[in-house]
Amino acid sequence: MLKSRQDLQALAERAGKALKKEKLRILVCAGTGCVANGSLGVYEAFREELARRELPYKVELVREEEDAGTALNISGCHGFCQMGPLVRFEPQGVLYLKVRKEDVPEIVEEHILHNRPVERLLYHHPVTGQVVAREEDIPFYQNQVRIALELCGLVNPEDINDYIAHGGYRALEKALFEMTPEEVITEILESGLRGRGGAGFPTGRKWAFARSAAGEKKYVICNGDEGDPGAFMDRSVMEGAPHRVLEGMMIAGYAIGADEGYIYVRAEYPLAVKRLKKAVADAEAAGLLGDNILGSGFSFRIHIKEGAGAFVCGEETALIASIEGQRGMPRPRPPFPAQSGLWGCPTVINNVETLANVAPIISRGAGWFKQYGTPGSPGTKTFALAGQVAHTGLVEVPMGITLREVVFSIGGGLREGKKFKAVQIGGPSGGCLTEQHLDLPLDFDSLQQAGAMIGSGGMVVIGQDSCMVEVAKFFMTFVQNESCGKCVPCREGTRRMLELLTKITRGKATEDDLHLLEELALVVKDGALCGLGKTAPNPVLTTLRYFRDEYEAHVRDKKCPAGVCKELLSYFIDREKCRGCGLCARNCPVEAISGEKKQPHVIDPVKCIKCGTCMEKCKFGAVYTA
Amino acid sequence: MEGTGRKFEKLQEIIARHGGEVSHLIAILQEVQQEYRYLPEEVLTCVATALKIPPAVVYGVATFYAQFSLVPKGKYVIRVCNGTACHVRGSEPIHFALRRELGLAEGEQTTADLQFTVETVSCLGACGLAPVVTINDREVHGQMTPEGILQVLRAIKSGESKEERREAHA
Amino acid sequence: MSTGKVTVDGRVVEIGDARNILEVVRRAGIKLPTFCYHSELSVYGACRMCMVEVEGRGLVASCSTPPVDGMVIHTSTPRTRRLRRMIIELLLANHDRECTSCERSGSCKLQQLARQMGITEVRFGQRDKKLPVDDTSPAIVKNPNKCILCGDCVRMCKEIQGLGIWDFAFRGSKTRVTTAFGKPLQEVACVNCGQCVAVCPTGALTVKPEVDRVWDAIHDPEKLVVVQVAPAVRVAIGEEFGLLPGEKATGQLVAALRKIGFDRVFDTLFTADMTTIEEGMELLGRLEKGGRLPLFTSCCPAWVKYAEQFHADLLDNLSTCRSPQQMFGSLVKKFYAREMGRTPEQVVCVSVMPCTAKKFEARRPEFTTGGVPDVDFVLTTLELARMIREAGIVFNELEPEMFDNPLGMGSGAAVIYGASGGVMESVVRFITAHRSAGDVGRVDFYPVRGIQGIKEAELEIGGQTLKLAVVNGLANAEKLIGRIKAGEVFYHAVEVMACPGGCLGGGGQPYPNNTASRLGRMKGLYSLDRAEQLHRPQDNIFVTRALERWFGGPANANTHQALHTRYYPRRRISGKPVELNGRRDERPVEVAVCVGTNCYLKGSYDILNKFMALARQMGIADYVQLKGTFCLEHCDRGVSIKVNDEIITNVTLDNAEEIFKTRIAIKAEPPWVV
Repeated sequence: MLKSRQDLQALAERAGKALKKEKLRILVCAGTGCVANGSLGVYEAFREELARRELPYKVELVREEEDAGTALNISGCHGFCQMGPLVRFEPQGVLYLKVRKEDVPEIVEEHILHNRPVERLLYHHPVTGQVVAREEDIPFYQNQVRIALELCGLVNPEDINDYIAHGGYRALEKALFEMTPEEVITEILESGLRGRGGAGFPTGRKWAFARSAAGEKKYVICNGDEGDPGAFMDRSVMEGAPHRVLEGMMIAGYAIGADEGYIYVRAEYPLAVKRLKKAVADAEAAGLLGDNILGSGFSFRIHIKEGAGAFVCGEETALIASIEGQRGMPRPRPPFPAQSGLWGCPTVINNVETLANVAPIISRGAGWFKQYGTPGSPGTKTFALAGQVAHTGLVEVPMGITLREVVFSIGGGLREGKKFKAVQIGGPSGGCLTEQHLDLPLDFDSLQQAGAMIGSGGMVVIGQDSCMVEVAKFFMTFVQNESCGKCVPCREGTRRMLELLTKITRGKATEDDLHLLEELALVVKDGALCGLGKTAPNPVLTTLRYFRDEYEAHVRDKKCPAGVCKELLSYFIDREKCRGCGLCARNCPVEAISGEKKQPHVIDPVKCIKCGTCMEKCKFGAVYTA
Repeated sequence: MEGTGRKFEKLQEIIARHGGEVSHLIAILQEVQQEYRYLPEEVLTCVATALKIPPAVVYGVATFYAQFSLVPKGKYVIRVCNGTACHVRGSEPIHFALRRELGLAEGEQTTADLQFTVETVSCLGACGLAPVVTINDREVHGQMTPEGILQVLRAIKSGESKEERREAHA
Repeated sequence: MSTGKVTVDGRVVEIGDARNILEVVRRAGIKLPTFCYHSELSVYGACRMCMVEVEGRGLVASCSTPPVDGMVIHTSTPRTRRLRRMIIELLLANHDRECTSCERSGSCKLQQLARQMGITEVRFGQRDKKLPVDDTSPAIVKNPNKCILCGDCVRMCKEIQGLGIWDFAFRGSKTRVTTAFGKPLQEVACVNCGQCVAVCPTGALTVKPEVDRVWDAIHDPEKLVVVQVAPAVRVAIGEEFGLLPGEKATGQLVAALRKIGFDRVFDTLFTADMTTIEEGMELLGRLEKGGRLPLFTSCCPAWVKYAEQFHADLLDNLSTCRSPQQMFGSLVKKFYAREMGRTPEQVVCVSVMPCTAKKFEARRPEFTTGGVPDVDFVLTTLELARMIREAGIVFNELEPEMFDNPLGMGSGAAVIYGASGGVMESVVRFITAHRSAGDVGRVDFYPVRGIQGIKEAELEIGGQTLKLAVVNGLANAEKLIGRIKAGEVFYHAVEVMACPGGCLGGGGQPYPNNTASRLGRMKGLYSLDRAEQLHRPQDNIFVTRALERWFGGPANANTHQALHTRYYPRRRISGKPVELNGRRDERPVEVAVCVGTNCYLKGSYDILNKFMALARQMGIADYVQLKGTFCLEHCDRGVSIKVNDEIITNVTLDNAEEIFKTRIAIKAEPPWVV
């Protein structure tokens, strides 16, 4: 139980020493992605193998009496989930990819006993074939700057002492003992930190509002309801460095004068919930949460609230309603949560990634933070790279980096040599950027100008074989399902936009429908009650803006240029390739295929419902579309 | 059937643990659903009574969140992720294959024998493994294909363990 | 109060006490369209019709944005116009547009605004799914296909009535306003007050009409059809024919009823006076004999049902007097019919009420004579207006006529029954005169008048100070009851009316049924009272004579039988019991323990647990089928349990073991016993 500043300093020193004594640290990634790929089995295999060879090792940083020299730990997500399970060896920083439990004896034998990295499990450059041993040298990581994610993959998320050994809770200590709350706010203001969850509101200003708001009781809420389908940076932080989040919240609490905080986590993130709960319990046991923290007079408690499956709860006021046990329906602002939030009390709501930036800013200063990024958007931003890109995963890059660098340098370009067409950025609230934007600096303001937004940082790379109308329809389906149903523009508008988009992809739409879609999109943007609704038309508006010709092709020529929209395709059987096996005809649900045995078959276009079953079933690739 | 009696005791225990607080309604419903596998009407009325709120409010909350079900779910809840990453990497054919294999009619989510429930989920945050399918939330299958999921399904039907299933498709 | 100013469409307007831009804009002579804004309810901000452009801030919802000094507001811009027209179009697309045959045609806000915005075309597809109409309730019909999800009913029921019968369910385009579990309205705790109908902008919630059946009765030559008219009707019916709220239309109303074909046109005022006398005597009796206090009024059937459902322990505090409507029905069927030489079946008693809950009250099984309902049909003010129009009667050209006698005479004390505080004031008028030897003159008891939700007053009488309270709105009633039960306050008598402002704001009154209309009607009632020669109930000689002739005087065993009633604890929601353990044996004993609120609060869960433990302990767990059930309707004597068909009340943790052993275990028959 840490009772004073000195207690924490002593523990930090002890933990730091213990860390230094480690000659070897094995970090098996235990993020959701790697766990799904069987990383816990790999971890067990290491335990067994080390035990079998009677190699001493420790699993906890500080409490271990004897000095084993070797540590075996789990870690949080490295972001390169595609290559998981990942195992990192410290201090060299060697990263093994796609490790199976069968590989473990070889790793132990070669790497630990003979200090020879196992080459076949290292990164191989897909083009040059060059082998890369150190994680930081892999192209995927080369241009990254990690602040929010800096500890993910390096510390054991379930060991508070490991966090402390890596400088954890020292920012809190600094804030509590060397700074006034106003100074903390000034520092954050000075750093230019902007909310990483969506609109990019300056964090310091939010805190200042809450600090000056009248009221004895105030709250800090951490928004971990990362709902953007395709973004998972918040999950990675909560799973990989949960104490970082707690520390950020506590500093925020100190700054605004709150003594209670809530972390609202999506129900779909059970591992994050587990790690956060453990982190809270450990911090309480260590005296870092509770009354009179480190004897500073500051008290703070944190509760974990699990969501129950509603994207809209990422919206501040809906999130508050959900914490209060109600339907997650947003309410009009003003009043803003900073004035009247949870149970009517002034409340600061920050997203996970934002809070993960707080401790480093306090420790290292606003000036240090501002060296990264652009003047208007300092610092870094984490993106979830997905879609038709060679390397998918989480990347943290300085603001202002170009799209080209992210997609082509870090992401390794498009997979299977596909041609770049667009990037959908910011998820359902964001928009599409095209080739013309490849050299656009990625920051809050330039993206806004282009009609997109950073949003939560989802980044889907789209190749030439994707239909932009279908992409817009995908996001519209999503928001339509996730609309809370309260305000008319969002409830009825998204439903009707989806209806129109469906009409377009089916070739049933007219020019008038296209105009109506545009008009409706603008009305929803203007009129919706909350951020979800206001931004819901963005995917439609940006695709209309940059890919109008694709819409027009669907409407005028009844053609899908990318060949994606099924209803606009016709299915044919190549007479040359067809062997007349009859498999397609037997599987056709509407008996649209006929032909004699061993003779080329034909598809009746009138009967065909374009389900694609024949194409899927044909073993000879004889079915094609046009 | 002592089971149901114990469930009822559990229900009271859940409510008591949350101090009968309205703000804990969602957590209470989550725990109740764990216990009953869905939210039976009479149990929701009980919850409303205990929290002193109108039953319509409880019903409103229970129907708002995607996680809650007012009808019994299958023994195996298969969730196909349809987040952006999974969608662009082909989650729909997987969903389609599953539904066809299980003979689920349109609008139906659970098989008549209450063995399987098939749902889509907007994002599991395991985008690096797209497309992703989970079984009973805890078992994650990444980089799935329509054929792969049918193999998993067959493995479940033939009673293989989780570990074996993971091996089978890995 | 703000000293700031804003500019609305170029005109400078003072902010004053305006709470939001909507109100400021109204002062500039502009009425912004709204669906979900009601000054009495919380701000919801969902319809987005009232959005305006504020310089520097873009489009904002005027209902939820407070005005700030210096704000420059534009109410009509290309963007606001595009937005409002599109919203109407979107709502219409999803709306069951059978306008011509809709109950609300002409008073529908959606229809009105569509016309106002000049919408001539809906460019979207039709509503895809038709949901079933719920007409199970005796008072309210819900047509979900016409619902625009403005949530007015939800907030009304929750905030003003404290009931929460309606709430949103599901989300997105599947969102619906519904009862708990989508149950029929009849099976939930709805008290039929009709306030949801009063705020519904469309035909989604309407009053269940009885017009056709009344026409049938009128057209049936075998029947003598008598009609009674409640006080609040006469100051509201005119609104349907172009008069202002509160403008007197009693004479035209009587004339119209005669023209429609009612055989006798009587006045509920008659039995209102009778109610005051009976209730006044009851209060005096309780004061003298030390009966249960406070005495709660029982004229409002919504309040009565509410009390039966939520305050079973207070039922003995309710006045046993039937409401004026039911006293009237009882008199007609028991005495008037006989005097006319008719059987109860041959006389049809119709009442015209401002109220929808009266439809429910008339169907209560207690209120019958010889198996025939005392009141056959209940029409609301609006239904009567419809009949007048249907009959082609030009209301405004009617020559005023008088009510028929003997049941057509009423005092001013009866007129004010239509306003919150009216019953209390009538009782005050009765007892002050009753207790005093000489003439006390007019008694105008102002402290109980007005539209406020909770009013308190004291009355000095015979050296005693009576503490009185008057509430309207059931949420206010609940608040007051909470204080009474907690011992914070004490009253001798409490008047409760479910509707804001009392009956004049009832669910069956003309649209708009808002605060302004209610205040107008209230004014109308008190001016009628002022003009009335008969000031107190005992001045009404027809009433005193009737009491004498038919009952041998007031407040005796005879009146008790015909003019009084009793109340029954009532369950709030239908539903299956929670099965606690299954049955394995052929003949288990079934034990249902009530887990409804009353019993729950008295520890019924602990008793259930105790039973389960005892059953296990005694090895008869398989032979006792335990269930938790929602309300056995003996809430006043809880905890109640039901063992097979026998109800046992007053079960406590202390006597649970004894009861289990002597009354449950004994009935369980494991095979080895016998």
